[in-house]
Amino acid sequence: MTLPLSVRDISKSFVMHLRGGIELPVFSGVSFDVATGECLVLGGPSGVGKSSILKMLYGNYGVDGGSILVRHGETVVDLARAEPREVLDVRRATLGYVSQFLRAIPRVSALEIVAEPLVARGTERQLALARAGELLARLNLPRDLWHLPPATFSGGEQQRVNIARGFISDHPILLLDEPTASLDAANRAVVMAMIEEKKARGVALVGIFHDADVRDRVASRIVDVSSYSLRGAA
Amino acid sequence: MSEGPLLIARDVGKNYGNRIGCTDVSFDLWPGEVLAIVGESGSGKTTLLNCLSTRLNADRGTVTYRMRDGVARDLAALGEAERRFLMRTDWGFVHQNPADGLRMGVSAGANVGERLMAVGNRHYGRIRHCAEDWLNRVEIDVDRIDDRPRAFSGGMRQRLQIARNLVTSPRLVFMDEPTGGLDVSVQARLLDLVRGLVRDLGLSVIIVTHDLAVARLLSHRMMVMKEGRVIEQGLTDRVLDDPREPYTQLLVSSIPQA
Amino acid sequence: MSAVTMSEAGTNFAYLDEETKRMIRRAILKAIAIPGYQVPFASREMPMPYGWGTGGVQVTAAVIGPDDVLKVIDQGADDTTNAVSIRAFFRKVARVAVTTHTAEATVIQTRHRIPEHPLIEGQILVYQVPIPEPLRFLEPRETETRTMHALEEYGLMHVKLYEDIAHHGRIATSYAYPVKVAGRYVMDPSPIPKFDNPKMHLSPALQLFGAGREKRIYAIPPHTDVRSLDFEDHPFEIQRFDEPCALCGARNVYLDEVILDDRGGRMFVCSDTDNCESRQADAQKETAA
Repeated sequence: MTLPLSVRDISKSFVMHLRGGIELPVFSGVSFDVATGECLVLGGPSGVGKSSILKMLYGNYGVDGGSILVRHGETVVDLARAEPREVLDVRRATLGYVSQFLRAIPRVSALEIVAEPLVARGTERQLALARAGELLARLNLPRDLWHLPPATFSGGEQQRVNIARGFISDHPILLLDEPTASLDAANRAVVMAMIEEKKARGVALVGIFHDADVRDRVASRIVDVSSYSLRGAA
Repeated sequence: MSEGPLLIARDVGKNYGNRIGCTDVSFDLWPGEVLAIVGESGSGKTTLLNCLSTRLNADRGTVTYRMRDGVARDLAALGEAERRFLMRTDWGFVHQNPADGLRMGVSAGANVGERLMAVGNRHYGRIRHCAEDWLNRVEIDVDRIDDRPRAFSGGMRQRLQIARNLVTSPRLVFMDEPTGGLDVSVQARLLDLVRGLVRDLGLSVIIVTHDLAVARLLSHRMMVMKEGRVIEQGLTDRVLDDPREPYTQLLVSSIPQA
Repeated sequence: MSAVTMSEAGTNFAYLDEETKRMIRRAILKAIAIPGYQVPFASREMPMPYGWGTGGVQVTAAVIGPDDVLKVIDQGADDTTNAVSIRAFFRKVARVAVTTHTAEATVIQTRHRIPEHPLIEGQILVYQVPIPEPLRFLEPRETETRTMHALEEYGLMHVKLYEDIAHHGRIATSYAYPVKVAGRYVMDPSPIPKFDNPKMHLSPALQLFGAGREKRIYAIPPHTDVRSLDFEDHPFEIQRFDEPCALCGARNVYLDEVILDDRGGRMFVCSDTDNCESRQADAQKETAA
């Protein structure tokens, strides 16, 4: 049986055309596999490209070389080469992502934003909204905020909306970019428990955790990205 | 998804004399996909939109469209009657200026009902009921149904234009800067409305905009145009977050961070 | 020039020269061949202002012969300025017989009415048309309206009727009510009251329409299907009058309202003066007998 996620020899560099076309190599030769039920943590000091890897895994950043093989239903899709609509289909059904920052949509309430991935996968709307409410309650988001668009929420409140949105669906793969960064201890504990539940349900997770405490609690394995980094050499 | 692309453009090009309007444009549009064409004024995006929608005849290339019967047809080979029928049934076209897409001299209800009457609907009560339903969906008070669009605000006019286009359940809608000329708050409401309609109706959309925020909010994919050519294309968030081409990087870096 | 075609006044028979009449007849033949279709023609300057029936006069001049009997009506009346002067015109330039009786006429030129007395085979009804394009109300571009006719795109006509119902609760259009001819072309019947629309349907007479200023001729050949546009739930209806004609007592005819004084006194009388007078004369004969 194929692994949910297999990363082979990927490389990334940025060419900054507005700064005279200088090339900023980030990393090369990154390879790792993620099995079901494990949480792989990308480690290393800031600036080595952990976030860039996560964004490439989500199809958000382009991939210069190598392949990112995702088990998508009965098929395997290489996200490094996939067509936009294939990437979108993988995101809809297979790949969840909790980013550091919430991209709020004007006029759409927190509850709707959280429920959206479920609705997109065909869950009946009322059911999805109920499920969204449960998650927001668990993450202690005050109930009177649920029906407001999150644009004016605090950083921690927005982050909890973001987490709920990422965790609501049962995507087989979940990417986490500093999900606990702006949370207090109580909510951090909730998120850690939620990660453990995902692992128990066989979800493959890849995450970046700034907080060493959290990292050690949730990590099944840690891949040190600095060993692939080209930043020092640049 | 197994049915294949809805619209296929291959090497589409149009010149104005010696000047290139657009050239070498190829892409597939799949059912339910929203494609944004971005670029600054004069980049050829509106020329391309007009070539795709048969409002202009392309000089080069082909545009193929899968009709409702499942048969893919070369749009240039359609007869005038077929072409116009397609435009008022299976297609929509939302103009930047609502006055270009509405009949300003007749009521909102008649504006919405016109396409129904054009395809042979001859029951006043049903036409009116359908118009009421669509006014509701685009958040226009039903008691404005007998008012002319002249009495409407810019945002209302644009929403009415959208309703007028969607009443025949088109599968493909072309939009030319639909939020241009609207206040920011009005824009947000319109974008939200369009976003919801696209999702609920499973519409395919080709939208021309110079506003990258609009492209990010509405589109799945985007094409960046410069001097008549597509210089970069891909998943919308990929192009915006990891732009490759110098011009795309310049465009992205020019957005004020709100 | 033969003596037949030259009148005493020195003008050609029926005013127009023979080449012009041929040109107009060719347009008429084409119009008859394509019922309801507007045929362009090289409209001539006539010795009367536009709006006074220059189109109708040219059509009449092209079809009338020395043996024809001409009737001219304006709003149903034979004795209005317009009717009298056109009748006098043809009496002078064609020396044809004239009449006010519908049944005696072979050619009837009309503005705004169809006679009440049923027309028969062999008669020609010539309409004066101010605006031949029924779609112009909503689509001012002539290039576009021509395309719409060519492609039979007539949804716009129903937009106009929709507006009527939306604003008045019913189809309020009461004259120049659009019709579809022979199941194909939508046509403006000229500003006749919609009361007269059913008379066009399957009429045994030939109906010709001339628009002088707009340079268009169109036609309804005898026995042609002519349907008034409508909605399933708002079917076409003609005007109904509660009382009969105050002069002749006729029912089921089109009546004009006549104001008698400034205290609200009024009466309804036949718009078709010939029909009304004939009925009154018949009634007197009966009383006398």
